[in-house]
Amino acid sequence: MTANDFFQVGLYLAVLLVLVKPVGHYMAQVFADTPNRVNRFGARAESLLYRLSGIRADEDMSWKRYAIAMLVFNVAGLAVVYILQRTQQWLPLNPQHFGAITPDSAMNTAVSFASNTNWQGYAGESTMSYFTQAIGLAVQNFLSAATGIAVLIAVIRGFSRRGVAAVGNFWVDMTRATLYVLIPFSLVIALLLVSQGVVQNVSAYVDVATLQHGQQTLPMGPAASQIAIKMLGTNGGGFFNANSAHPFENPTPFSNFVEMLAIFLVPASLCYTFGSMVGDRRQGWALLATMLLIFVPLTLGLVAAEQAGNPALHGLAIDAQASATQAGGNMEGKETRFGIAASGLFAAITTAASCGAVNAAHDSLTPLGGLVPMWLMQLGEVIFGGVGSGLYGMLAFAVVAVFIAGLMVGRTPEYLGKKIEAHEMKMASLAVLIPCALVVICTAIAVMTPAGTAAVANPGAHGFSEILYAVSSASNNNGSAFGGLSANTPFWNVLLAICMFLARFPLAIAMLAMAGSLAAKGHVPETAGTLPTHTPLFVALLACVVIVVGALTFLPALALGPIAEQLMSATGH
Amino acid sequence: MTTLLRNAIVLLLLMTAVTGVAYPAVVGGLSALLFPHQAGGSLVERDGKPVGSELIGQSFTAPGYFWGRPSATTPAPNNGAASTPSNLGPTNPALTKAANDRIAALREVDPANRAAVPVDLVTASGSGLDPEISPAAAEYQLARVARARHLDPAKLRELVAASTAGRQLGVLGEPRVNVLKLNLAVDEAAR
Repeated sequence: MTANDFFQVGLYLAVLLVLVKPVGHYMAQVFADTPNRVNRFGARAESLLYRLSGIRADEDMSWKRYAIAMLVFNVAGLAVVYILQRTQQWLPLNPQHFGAITPDSAMNTAVSFASNTNWQGYAGESTMSYFTQAIGLAVQNFLSAATGIAVLIAVIRGFSRRGVAAVGNFWVDMTRATLYVLIPFSLVIALLLVSQGVVQNVSAYVDVATLQHGQQTLPMGPAASQIAIKMLGTNGGGFFNANSAHPFENPTPFSNFVEMLAIFLVPASLCYTFGSMVGDRRQGWALLATMLLIFVPLTLGLVAAEQAGNPALHGLAIDAQASATQAGGNMEGKETRFGIAASGLFAAITTAASCGAVNAAHDSLTPLGGLVPMWLMQLGEVIFGGVGSGLYGMLAFAVVAVFIAGLMVGRTPEYLGKKIEAHEMKMASLAVLIPCALVVICTAIAVMTPAGTAAVANPGAHGFSEILYAVSSASNNNGSAFGGLSANTPFWNVLLAICMFLARFPLAIAMLAMAGSLAAKGHVPETAGTLPTHTPLFVALLACVVIVVGALTFLPALALGPIAEQLMSATGH
Repeated sequence: MTTLLRNAIVLLLLMTAVTGVAYPAVVGGLSALLFPHQAGGSLVERDGKPVGSELIGQSFTAPGYFWGRPSATTPAPNNGAASTPSNLGPTNPALTKAANDRIAALREVDPANRAAVPVDLVTASGSGLDPEISPAAAEYQLARVARARHLDPAKLRELVAASTAGRQLGVLGEPRVNVLKLNLAVDEAAR
């Protein structure tokens, strides 16, 4: 790795950590149960929305009612996206006259955007009208992200409330997440992106005569507004097929930096919000430290693997040495402006968070470089993870860690003053195991089915990696891909839609069920038998639990894919 | 349940109006006001006609032009309407073959140049539309372009420098040369 590689990673982390406290504090104000300066600001707009929708904003919902509201709202959104895709040929803002999307692809995309996954079997610039993109996809970018934040806030209330059989109001939490957090931040990010060259218009595509006597079609569209929320909401669905590698989607190193910051901004800051809402900020910092403890070494490993270059090309007359005039390394699938550091860092961020936007082709990463994003997803999307969903996933792991510590040293399992009992353990185990089970089972189905293996683009171990990556991505609501896989077929569209739906909603409901029972419990006073959960010891224990679950479940599969490929390429096969 | 359903559907419609109509319209309006050139695709004109976007790479194959990054788009390279990377895995024999073919093509138009080829000139970009190459890749092609255009290499090197951007804010990304801008300058100088 070069000195600049280290510097770019370090600068990113420094800027992120500076933003965590102010943004986290702001969000704690937004979601406070009592009115304050921040959440009274849009009170009139809010109450208008509630009045028109017939919503009683003061209703404190039981966890079941909260879960049903969440589910009904998301399924309705899913249906709208499906209908828009099937009827876009008759709708406005379709200057390229794109036809209706096939039923299986439309269903896959609808589930994908409603579940905050944004797996894309389609290519944006050649299939989706501006209307579908803005009214269907971009709206779900907001609402699925707001749903994730709302569920997290309900889970946090489970820990902070005492003896109350309710976890808050879904409509209010979701609306506030959208109005106070996602829209204002997106507006700023979108304008920063346009200043760098991201397009924002509703013109038809522009045909130009190129310098060397050719023709070129330049795609257009309302891209910046959609890309801003795509990053901020950890959605990741590209406006264009090449996603954030496309120069109109991510034109400069600065736009790249803004997009990377936007991915981690909310998930990282929510750790602070959590600490603030449970009345002990150290608890939030401990979870953030756990995430960084796993994220930083894996990121450096990824960048180092890419900077070392592709051994298969070593014999050719190629100069891949990093110098003042080139990035060097493995440049297949990477853009010149990003080089190795800004591509490798982006790949780690987008898979640690459940974003799934890409600024380089993950399929063309070196074997070990490609292992990192795959494993970051398989860890359950809790290393930052999706907005809201990442942290409630991490809280499930924290409950498991507390329980394991209780078994090991004979302490009473309790977390944040709440006793952890059989019901909480069942729900936490469900949240941890649902994605693991989906990845293992559905990968097995795909490799045993001709329709599954027919989609593979690359030969050998790498072909298996493409399948494993796709299922891991869908089953953890990430959305990135080893893009060679031709997944826009009925088999893959259905299989991955099932993975995305089951990974998103049953898991969220399990966490809400845990929140419901926790909120009803009283506070257990701290005793000598209580394991403190803000110490370096607990951070290390929690990181170990996350890694052990991820390693035990997936090492055999990883050995057949990226590890086998690495061994073969190192021995010159 | 019916109350919940009504709450959900009406709120969904209202939120669609806010996030799907009002929000992009505000971004569109502010962009048109503040950054009209960028919002419209950063188009480059010559003699009053658009010849491309400074952000979208074009295909150059003549010896007298600097070539850009290889592009994996279909049916032709640098297809602006269908961005894609090659998605070739690192151990795929097709990747090694593509690299070999690109080295051969570069050497065919410049047989005297036996230097190792900078890696960005033999590997396909992430978008298939990368507008830039590394300064090393420009230097590798400089003698060839100078010869084909009967230009003084020192003068040409100045043109390359004028189309080169360093790391943004001194830190971010990589130094790079905009190929379309550079080739427009080459045309201008050779006119």
